[in-house]
Amino acid sequence: MTALGKLIRTTTFKLTIVYLTVFSLFAAFLLGYFAWNTRRLFTQQINATVDAEVNGLSEQYRSGGIRRLVQVIESRSAQPGSSLYLVTTPAGEGLAGNVGYLPTGTLEKPGWSETEYRRHDDPTSSHHALVRVFQLPGGFRMLVGRDLEDREKVHNIVISAGRWSVALVVVLGLAGGFFVTRRVLRRVDAMTATTRTIVEGDLSGRLFVAGTGDELDRLAENLNAMLERIEGLMRGLQEVSDNIAHDLKTPLTRMRNRAEEALRAAKTEADYRAALERTIEESDALMRTFNALLMIARAESGHARDDMADFDAAEVARGIAELYEPLAEEKGLDLKVEVPEPITVRGNRELVSQALSNLVDNAVKYAVPDGTEGTIVVTAQTEGSRALLTVSDNGPGVPETDRPRVVERFVRLERSRSQPGSGLGLSLVAAVARLHGGELVLTDNYPGLKAVIALPRGGPVQSLG
Amino acid sequence: MRLLIVEDDREAADYLIKAFREVGHVAEHAADGEDGLALAEDGRYDVLVVDRMLPKRDGLSLISTLRARGVETPALILSALGQVDDRIKGLRAGGDDYLPKPYSFAELLARVEVLARRRGGRSEETVYRTADLELDRMSREVRRGKEKILLQPREFRLLEYLMKHAGQVVTRTMLLENVWDYHFDPQTNVIDVHISRLRSKIDKGFSQPLLHTVRGAGYMIRDSAR
Repeated sequence: MTALGKLIRTTTFKLTIVYLTVFSLFAAFLLGYFAWNTRRLFTQQINATVDAEVNGLSEQYRSGGIRRLVQVIESRSAQPGSSLYLVTTPAGEGLAGNVGYLPTGTLEKPGWSETEYRRHDDPTSSHHALVRVFQLPGGFRMLVGRDLEDREKVHNIVISAGRWSVALVVVLGLAGGFFVTRRVLRRVDAMTATTRTIVEGDLSGRLFVAGTGDELDRLAENLNAMLERIEGLMRGLQEVSDNIAHDLKTPLTRMRNRAEEALRAAKTEADYRAALERTIEESDALMRTFNALLMIARAESGHARDDMADFDAAEVARGIAELYEPLAEEKGLDLKVEVPEPITVRGNRELVSQALSNLVDNAVKYAVPDGTEGTIVVTAQTEGSRALLTVSDNGPGVPETDRPRVVERFVRLERSRSQPGSGLGLSLVAAVARLHGGELVLTDNYPGLKAVIALPRGGPVQSLG
Repeated sequence: MRLLIVEDDREAADYLIKAFREVGHVAEHAADGEDGLALAEDGRYDVLVVDRMLPKRDGLSLISTLRARGVETPALILSALGQVDDRIKGLRAGGDDYLPKPYSFAELLARVEVLARRRGGRSEETVYRTADLELDRMSREVRRGKEKILLQPREFRLLEYLMKHAGQVVTRTMLLENVWDYHFDPQTNVIDVHISRLRSKIDKGFSQPLLHTVRGAGYMIRDSAR
């Protein structure tokens, strides 16, 4: 597409053309009206002058007869800038006046008409005049008129001024349109160029914001916010695929090795059976990891926001505590639940339950059975507009420097590697909290870990529009 | 039991047909949604096992069409989409159970058998009896022989579910779904501990155990003397 073609196709330019057309039509109409009106005024003035002269001359004729009329007309004709006069006999011969030539028949019809004429003193050039023919008593005819040259001159001036100004409006309008369009187009082109680099894979690009706060700035800001979100999601996806590559390959390799080992070394049916059973167990564990990853990805994409409903967070806390209580007891831990009152929260009950169950599971798993009384406390309470689901233990806790890290996917601290688990538990909790517009806070319980899922009770606030 | 398996993956379908036949069931196969609908419509099956994604007509549409035509054969939906909202969509379309892929055959078998037995099953009875164990759903009392057994509310519901399906394998996920109403997988096997607690209350001190562990599958309440 040529640059001009592109320019012409823009909305701004099309708008310019529409405005220009409307404006030119209006200007032309205005000037036309003006021209028509001045012409009419001129004609009126001529009419009045001629009427007055006809009256005056008729008066002369009545009082002094044809002789007197001829005298007066001769004297008036001689004056510079005089009107046009002609008096004829009933037979049509000229008696007096300054008109030399008239088209035949002009004198036949009394009243007003526009006609050509030539003067006596300038018989070569013909002029235009507005004349009135008047029948005098006694068969004489009298013609009185005014030259129309002035009227035509003024008319021509107005018309040509009109043409020029319309032409000027069009030229200026087009130039302005081009200028404005070019300006807008340049910014849109810049945006297009940036988006193209982004489409080609460079997600770090951002649109230029001029800082004027105009509509293009607003658009750019919103697009930038969108890009920010997309980049975050892509980064998450990238991490997931990296982690899948890394952390799923290890158990897959292990599984494969074990199968090969069985093929090579197993002798009895029992050997084969044992190998197969372990393979199934490992594939189940793999599948659990995979499901957890998918779940985190879905929670982070905001997908599950569609099925949020009001639920009682206190009931969730009680339910999960009840689910884990026998397990805790078996491990010699005391699991207590403190929920003073029902707490209505808008969200996904199933996901919040799963998140809380992950926290309790961790607390049970990492409690050290070193003889000291292990206690896990699950609470649900409100704090302002937020609901807090807390799991505190007096186990080994997580060192402060490691706390931001343990929330990341697949991160497992050295101590926990001996325990079964995917390293995804806390990531899922954090993802669920974020999905609800809340957060996962890990603090010290002196000693132990205190994990808090803080959720806004009204559900997530849609951040983008 | 007669089963219809509607599954477009030939290998998966063959595996299921073979496995169901090995445990004594008759399984037939349809490879797409339209065939499945045509076969299922005359209602001669006890249970339908329907894959969610099918050529020609997807599984959810198959089931909702059947239900609209008055066919009430229990249907279990198999799906690669294992998330909460997908399960809800499946049940809303008229499915009776939902199992995400990959599943163990033991899990599928247990669920299919429960679905098949559900028609005219035990749910109408007010008192469940297995051997000398008795659970009264109205008075919420449990007795073993002459001895009254005190159970926590959740233990009562656990036993109630197990006895409702007495003689059938009940998997851990089935218990988690039906007794606790959780559809996620707790990282540690918490159900086992609940079961052993229940077992200590109903079986301890009696010569004949009633609550059995079925290896690789789940649990079963069964009168082993019969």
